Amino acid sequence: MSGLIFDKSKAGRRCAVIPSCDITGYSIPADYLRAEKAELPEVAEVDLVRHYTNLSRKAYGVDNGFYPLGSCTMKYNPKIDEDAAELRGFTDVHPLQPINTVQGCLEAMDMLAGFLCEITGMDALTLQPAAGAHGEFTALSLIKAYLTDRGETGRTKLIVPDSAHGTNPASAAMCGFTVVNIPSTPDGLVDIEALKSAVGDDTAALMLTNPNTVGKYDRNIETFAKTVHDAGGLLYYDGANLNAIMGIVRPGDMGFDAVHLNLHKTFATPHGGGGPGSGPVGCKARLAKYLPRPVVTKNDGTYSFETPEKSVGMVKSFYGNFLVCIKALAYIMTLGAEGIREASENAVLNANYLQESLRDSFDIPFDGPCMHEFVLSLERLKRETGVTASDIAKGLIDRGIHPPTMYFPLIVHEALMLEPTETESRETLDFAATALKDALQAAYSDPDSLHRAPVTTPVGRPDETAAVRNPILKA
Amino acid sequence: MSYIPNTPEERLAMLSAMGRSSIDELFADIPSGMRLKQELNLPEAKTEFEVIDELTRLSCKNTVFKTCFRGAGAYRHFIPSAVKRLALREEFVTAYTPYQAEMSQGVLQSIFEYQSMICRLTGMDVSNAGVYDGAHAAAEAAAMFKDRKRSKTVVSASVRPMVLEVISTYCASAGSELVVAPVKDGVTDLDALAGILDGATASVYIEQPNYFGIVEDAEAIARLVHSAGAKLIMGCEPISLALLKTPVESGADAAVGEGQPLGMPLSFGGPYLGFMAVNNADMRKLPGRIVGKTTDSEGRDAYVLTLQAREQHIRREKASSSICSNEALCALTAVIYCAAMGKEGLREVAGQCFSKAHYAAEQISSISGFQLIYDGFFFNEFVTKSSVSPSIIMKKLEENGILGGLPVKVDGEDCILWCVTEVNTKDEIDMLVNILKGAAA
Repeated sequence: MSGLIFDKSKAGRRCAVIPSCDITGYSIPADYLRAEKAELPEVAEVDLVRHYTNLSRKAYGVDNGFYPLGSCTMKYNPKIDEDAAELRGFTDVHPLQPINTVQGCLEAMDMLAGFLCEITGMDALTLQPAAGAHGEFTALSLIKAYLTDRGETGRTKLIVPDSAHGTNPASAAMCGFTVVNIPSTPDGLVDIEALKSAVGDDTAALMLTNPNTVGKYDRNIETFAKTVHDAGGLLYYDGANLNAIMGIVRPGDMGFDAVHLNLHKTFATPHGGGGPGSGPVGCKARLAKYLPRPVVTKNDGTYSFETPEKSVGMVKSFYGNFLVCIKALAYIMTLGAEGIREASENAVLNANYLQESLRDSFDIPFDGPCMHEFVLSLERLKRETGVTASDIAKGLIDRGIHPPTMYFPLIVHEALMLEPTETESRETLDFAATALKDALQAAYSDPDSLHRAPVTTPVGRPDETAAVRNPILKA
Repeated sequence: MSYIPNTPEERLAMLSAMGRSSIDELFADIPSGMRLKQELNLPEAKTEFEVIDELTRLSCKNTVFKTCFRGAGAYRHFIPSAVKRLALREEFVTAYTPYQAEMSQGVLQSIFEYQSMICRLTGMDVSNAGVYDGAHAAAEAAAMFKDRKRSKTVVSASVRPMVLEVISTYCASAGSELVVAPVKDGVTDLDALAGILDGATASVYIEQPNYFGIVEDAEAIARLVHSAGAKLIMGCEPISLALLKTPVESGADAAVGEGQPLGMPLSFGGPYLGFMAVNNADMRKLPGRIVGKTTDSEGRDAYVLTLQAREQHIRREKASSSICSNEALCALTAVIYCAAMGKEGLREVAGQCFSKAHYAAEQISSISGFQLIYDGFFFNEFVTKSSVSPSIIMKKLEENGILGGLPVKVDGEDCILWCVTEVNTKDEIDMLVNILKGAAA
């Protein structure tokens, strides 16, 4: 059975039924009514359940198998975290209830914020942003408010390495900053000379992720921090790659002034097919008074909401993706200090083990030990066989694993970026290495099999050009 | 418990396969002076049993009201069991963004169905896959319509204050102007609005029904806005769309709104869902992900993320929005909810919200000392003032397990913003009215 839910509609079929109305005699005047009924499907409950159950079988999650998407930290999502977020005392609470009736929610938020400050080395934190990019927007708004408050309105430039996630420059632009892209060195690190010549009295901040998007820890970070701080700018940490360093080194200790986290990456909350995520923003004390309102405070054992003195205002309704925060809280409680550190250590171990397994077969543009992820370049393969990174990725689907991130970072041609995470076993890593090598071999022996891949999925490669030329965006 | 399958022995074996003896060696790039000298100051690891016990204890510190007459941006509705169960299927829950279309057809098709459902509810041509929440959708829509010539956003003072605040944060960060159009008699003041609109106005944002529950004369507003060459963004309550005039029928250029009423629990404010839809002409301005229908090489129907040239991973600093992760699972919930309620069911929900709210409003305003502050036509929220202070009323209601309407200040006066939905029974409303009578006496 395929087709859309609309195709399964039969006039008169019903699914959920609410009790008939015990109040009659009121009707909406015709002037206010829509001309025609909204054409929603009419299906029986069994039709509904089978339709979406079948769709779920055409989806692929971490629960289905290995998901080495670089930069996405697709680690296993513990089930207890889901149970915690389904507690009625969390799900059935109105966000505008009197504060004395939501003390448990505030306590949970306070606990999580405290844990995240400790992990990142920051002084204050907001849980309001709903995703990583939202966190970037929020943190850059704080930086802008801080600079404006100090009368430093000439600081309009935001320095972003060319290896950065696309959200970085886009968030910068949303906050009215001019983006200055600086090149990476041949070994994938920030070019210190380029950085030195880019900073000046117009520098607002440097936006950086460390380890960076090629999986290397930039050991010059102290020099960067000093360079930017000496010029009067701030340092912003993109927390996408925090899974490499928890319990080992903290962004706050590297010299960063603000950081966003991705609870849906590092703190094991599920990605939901694209969201909801959560992108808390932590900052040093000097930025705390600009945090979005409200922040949780505790006085004599009672929690309350307060507005920071010079708050940038709210970036989202209410207090953030609260249930996602509960999942992350349960995760941190389960792991504890030692477990958090072990998670990062084993993320790095697994990445190095997989990289090592592939070293003899694939070109690794930035060789040497990696952090939690690494990048392969298939440029030579493409030249020799015509098989692209995308073809290899599709071939991996037929070999039973979710492909790595493709064509990112932009500084590597025909890139495949792998992040196995700590929650995969040695056998899974061995299996993945075998699959990758097998696909590589096929590129030479039977390249067409890769051009045609995948063949084991419900559909083959969609015609993306046709989708753009003739957009069909609704039924 | 760290959810690490490899045993300590296996870890050592992996290291030795790499010619290494300790994990520490892998961190050699981190200067030792910067490294933490001791364990993080976090509580010790707990077992699953202990964690759920502690979090249950925390959750029990919150009050779950048996009866709720509070809305103001978050609404309690009935959620069918099938909706909850289906949206919890782990293949959906633990999936990443469907970048690999071939193995993600289930997620992609569900988003396509969601987009279709939003278009059918709003009358618009194109919906995206959703954004963070209703307030964020409004802010993104305002940003979407700005250009070099027109960069000013006008927001009616009749919208939910939180939405206004979020739009204001976004405008402040972008360095663009925001003007608030005043309210008169609980609706947008048309004369004042006419005076505010000018050649620099990019868009006007109103809500339907507005914060006070009243249905705005959106068609008149649309005429005004369009005559000034600006765009009208309408923030819609999605359940009311089953009955009320659509944004397209009212002349809006963009329909946005809070999708929470479509199957999402209150959850202390999130995760919720922002929906956004526009006409074809503005399709390429829409931020966020969009799923399109196409075919594969064998001619089979296939769904894929499309029009990506708009997005941050391609356009970088030239993109109008940085949104990447969205609220996909909430969008899935919304589409399953709409399908579960169906064409007639959603109309019935909307109709009950309307009838019960009007009954409640009549009953409350018949109590001596209580009155509705506005005469305008409302949907399922309304504002009253009374001789008794809202704090006393709330306390009395709380003692009876009722979360009363939201205390609000209107023109300096203490008022209450009530919300009634299909889950409120006549008995509950009558009980509410009796308690109010008691408080007034």
